[in-house]
Amino acid sequence: MATESHHHTIDVPYLARLARLEVTPEEIDIFGPQLGRILDHVEQMNKLDISGIEPTAHAITIFDVIREDTVAESLPKKTILENAPHNANGLFVVPKVLD
Amino acid sequence: MSAFIPFQSIAATRRLLRSKELSPVELIEALEQRIAQLDPKIGAYVGRDLETARKEASSADLTKPLGGIPIGIKDAISVAGQPLRSASRILEGYTAPYDSTAVARLRAAGAIPFGRMNMDEFAMGSSTENSAYHPTRNPWDPSRIPGGSSGGSAAAVAAGTALATLGSDTGGSIRQPAALCSCVGLKPTYGRVSRYGLIAFASSLDQIGPLTSTVEDSGILLNAMTGKDPHDSTSLELPDEDFTAEIGRDLKGLRIGIPKEYFVDGMELGVRASVDAAIKQLVSLGAEPVEISLPHTDYAVAVYYIIATAEASANLARFDGVRYGKRSPEAKDLLSLYGKTRAEGFGREVKRRIILGTYVLSSGYYDAYYLRAQKVRTLIRRDFDQAFSKVDAIVSPTSPETAFRFGEKTDDPLKMYLADIFTIATNLAGICGMSIPCGFSNRDGVDLPVGLQLLGRPFGESRLLRIGHAYEQSTDWHNRRPPVG
Repeated sequence: MATESHHHTIDVPYLARLARLEVTPEEIDIFGPQLGRILDHVEQMNKLDISGIEPTAHAITIFDVIREDTVAESLPKKTILENAPHNANGLFVVPKVLD
Repeated sequence: MSAFIPFQSIAATRRLLRSKELSPVELIEALEQRIAQLDPKIGAYVGRDLETARKEASSADLTKPLGGIPIGIKDAISVAGQPLRSASRILEGYTAPYDSTAVARLRAAGAIPFGRMNMDEFAMGSSTENSAYHPTRNPWDPSRIPGGSSGGSAAAVAAGTALATLGSDTGGSIRQPAALCSCVGLKPTYGRVSRYGLIAFASSLDQIGPLTSTVEDSGILLNAMTGKDPHDSTSLELPDEDFTAEIGRDLKGLRIGIPKEYFVDGMELGVRASVDAAIKQLVSLGAEPVEISLPHTDYAVAVYYIIATAEASANLARFDGVRYGKRSPEAKDLLSLYGKTRAEGFGREVKRRIILGTYVLSSGYYDAYYLRAQKVRTLIRRDFDQAFSKVDAIVSPTSPETAFRFGEKTDDPLKMYLADIFTIATNLAGICGMSIPCGFSNRDGVDLPVGLQLLGRPFGESRLLRIGHAYEQSTDWHNRRPPVG
């Protein structure tokens, strides 16, 4: 829609590369304006004075959860490899990384 | 003929099982029969393992609190030996190697996990239209969505094709579909139920909870699921509590807060009318209404879509085609293995959110978006802290509108996001909330369910259930049945 003005432009191919996600030209055309509109909405946060406000990472405050460092049973290797798309000799197989 | 009657509560079914009027195997078989008959029209289920369930039913221990009770499980929650896909193509062929803690605890209480429930892919959505499987239809009107993301979990309970189900709630994903389908949905306080074995969407917001046909049932299920879990460092060690203990007590002396920001113009008129009537009903039951303010309500959607997408972009990085799930056959090298697998495996909404999350975390934007959102999250939390110093619970609509039609919002993600306005702040603040049926609104000539949202202070589930139960038992809404079957 040509009449809509977006303050935000978003470099979809660049971000998709960072996210290790291949996108089609069609997706770039769709996501760009949609994400721009979402960011326009997000802009309203800037109206708030947040000086001196601590960030909340978790709603319920918990600090430094530690446990005993003990040896425990984990899932069998075989069970895990059964879900792998490609495995051999007890290992995950991926395309060649180094020449 | 077995004594199975659809729409019976867990509490009532338990009595039938214990008095031997119904055996656990008969129950599973009768339920399967009803699912086979009705689910093709609804699409709430994405899979069932009748053989295993029948075997488990034949050895059910009826002395246990949930002995022989089948529970449907959202496709994001691990059940050992069963497929687990979070309604995504990227997890095609994946079998859960272990039970989520919530499911393990339900099993320990005697329950039988039976059926995988449809959802929006990776719990991203408000309509279940983002499922890679198939749409789920609202039992009240098949041309409409059931809500989401736990749409299958809600539709099955509402259609009487499940006694109860588990869902997960990151921004309203239990409460909103419960409201749109007319059942009870409870989002426990963050930290109440272990998230181990739940496929992570946004780790600081996600929480597993029950969808049931009565308020009491939600307490019965919560009783079986809570407690510290060494596998989830955010699960909390709290004193043992019977969440049904306050049920049956009256509402005298309880103060219910009515947040003025949640009763603004633009809401569907029938929703407004139903919720206003529900508040009057609560007052007639002895509750004292108090007008309150949650001044940062308008910012909740913005904060949510920054924090949730940021966390999601990190959480979903693990789906790379190496260790599990689908791998693109087109991959030539490691980079294209990642890029193509994710391109083929993720649906459009998931891609959109990964890109947005990557943006708000990327160099140069982190402070302006992610950090700022976390600070505004603090303000939203404080709003609730202040409100709960004056009131025992907060009441509002669960959703500003009833069930919409398929495709109505799919082209405009922001419009879809804004419909979550009343449920999202709950997760940002980490408090508990539930939705209960409170009437019907006529939309386009069809009567559609309306949900009443009750919010409680952290770890205040018992009080919430007391209020919800008192309201439910004084009205007839929970006994209305949709026109299916």
